[in-house]
Amino acid sequence: MEKTWNNKAWFMVLPVLLLVAFSAVIPLMTVVNYSVQDTFGNNQFFWAGTDWFTEILHSDRFWQALGRNLLFSAIILSIEIPLGILIALNMPKKGIGVPVCLVLMALPLLIPWNVVGTIWQVFGRVDIGLLGFTLKALGFDYNYVNDVFDAWVTLIVMDVWHWTSLVVLLCYAGLVSIPEAYYQAAKIDGASRWAVFRYIQLPKMKRVLLIAFLLRFMDSFMIYTEPFVVTGGGPGNSTTFLSIDLVKMAIGQFDLGPAAAMSLIYFLIILLLSWIFYTVMTSSDEQA
Amino acid sequence: MARINLEHIRHAYGERPKSEADYALKEVHHEWNDGGAYALLGPSGCGKTTLLNIISGLLQPSEGKILFDGHDVTRLSTQQRNIAQVFQFPVIYDTMTVYDNLAFPLRNRRVPETEVDRRVNEIIDMIGLGGWAKKTARGLTADQKQKISLGRGLVRNDVNAILFDEPLTVIDPHMKWVLRSQLKKLHRQFGFTMVYVTHDQTEALTFADKVVVMYDGQIVQIGTPAELFERPSHTFVGYFIGSPGMNLLPAQITGSTVALGTDTIALDFSPKVAAGAKTELGIRPEFVRLGREGMHVRINKVEDIGRQKIVRAEFAGKPIAIVLPEDGEVPADARVTFDPSAINIYADSWRVGREA
Repeated sequence: MEKTWNNKAWFMVLPVLLLVAFSAVIPLMTVVNYSVQDTFGNNQFFWAGTDWFTEILHSDRFWQALGRNLLFSAIILSIEIPLGILIALNMPKKGIGVPVCLVLMALPLLIPWNVVGTIWQVFGRVDIGLLGFTLKALGFDYNYVNDVFDAWVTLIVMDVWHWTSLVVLLCYAGLVSIPEAYYQAAKIDGASRWAVFRYIQLPKMKRVLLIAFLLRFMDSFMIYTEPFVVTGGGPGNSTTFLSIDLVKMAIGQFDLGPAAAMSLIYFLIILLLSWIFYTVMTSSDEQA
Repeated sequence: MARINLEHIRHAYGERPKSEADYALKEVHHEWNDGGAYALLGPSGCGKTTLLNIISGLLQPSEGKILFDGHDVTRLSTQQRNIAQVFQFPVIYDTMTVYDNLAFPLRNRRVPETEVDRRVNEIIDMIGLGGWAKKTARGLTADQKQKISLGRGLVRNDVNAILFDEPLTVIDPHMKWVLRSQLKKLHRQFGFTMVYVTHDQTEALTFADKVVVMYDGQIVQIGTPAELFERPSHTFVGYFIGSPGMNLLPAQITGSTVALGTDTIALDFSPKVAAGAKTELGIRPEFVRLGREGMHVRINKVEDIGRQKIVRAEFAGKPIAIVLPEDGEVPADARVTFDPSAINIYADSWRVGREA
């Protein structure tokens, strides 16, 4: 049969195109629109060019917030990934323990983010919170409202509590897909526990770990709700991450132009870093 | 290399076996000679792999003992038993190169690197993957991967035994033949004790000196291929070995006479059969003579399979297969006779001896 060549196929992608246009492209372009203009309300706009971008990139406030973001992501990744692997390795493979563990692991993931924030906000309070009160009673000078270090520790512990499960579940999915024969063969070959991990389990988990790493990086880099609820960015500006700073600028100060410029820079940073991680990790995958 | 004794081994996968039926492996009590090549033959789920895993130590038997050269190894781990085992589906470490895969079992045992190099190169040449040594094992085809699995078993030359669990399932038919001959050659060269699990009778009969036929969790016969063919000690062996399998006909036995429906055959011995036992006469299709004399038979179908013809017929109300040479004729009023020396008598599925 003769194949017909025409452009009708484009109509098939039209619905998706419209959906993406309304959900992503149009809002993004609105932001772009704000980022190059100045406004004093009344829908009056003045062309500002790249002024806002220059201003943002020259402000200490921006670079400090970015630094906090990077530090936060680095810390939680270096805790959650190894801890997740460790827990996944020790989860039961069969029996009643499997559903029990899976449900326990899934629980933190099911809680809305602002509720997680509220839980920890209350949990850590020194007057009524179980954790804060206990620590104080034990003689620790713990107070996340006043102390920068305590605030950071609280946010990190909260994030680890909230999100390690995701890494665990992904790793576990990778682990259970390994056929029993691999472990038997490893026993026959006299492999040590470490060799089994290094040559059987880790290679099988590699892909899911890549996904876990990217998801946790992007999520932690965009973190907003939990620190907003727990610390509100304080004490001082010590937990003011980019997202919190952005909201302060856009809604608090109503500086739409600089806020739009910052959004775009923020967006590009995440895109760039994710792309770098992805490329580095998948290329090492191919070489191996 | 070792002599392997299995002493009253039984295994059940459940916690507390109550009846005989709970045992995946019913009692096995047997000695396997040092340097022998054994095939464990039987249908899926008959306990072959269970028995193999018990020998290698991947599984602890519920009851009984295993001895290697007289030493009790029942509680020893796989490593301590020093056993090599090749599995049904290829197991490769796919981040390692082909060379490292083969070196892995040796390096784990701290074999000096010069010795590792010598042995790995020997095995790589043998399995014909010379050009792949430095490549990662990931991109290989299924049969190349399985060759690596085989190679990892063979690279250790001090093993007590090498166990194969249907290792050629994923290999192309022509490669199967090549690999099997290489295994046989190795066996002759090094004299490993080899145990080879398969459900393919050709594979078993060509590989092994002794074939161990298993059925429903027990060993029903251990013998040379000829013994299995001529004197199957259980009706299952008769049916499982040979193509087509042995004809089994319900028979009434009085003294040395066998009644098959309305016909009777005189035997040259009197089988001792307990009263009330279900008695059957077994005769291989190769030993049924088709001619103009003898007992009535109704021919249903003649299958020409090239070198010979298989006649499907009905005898005394039961289906019977007869093997004819390629030029053999099927007479119009066909009758059959049985070669008296090839007749086996079974009582409750077990063979009743001629000597009795």
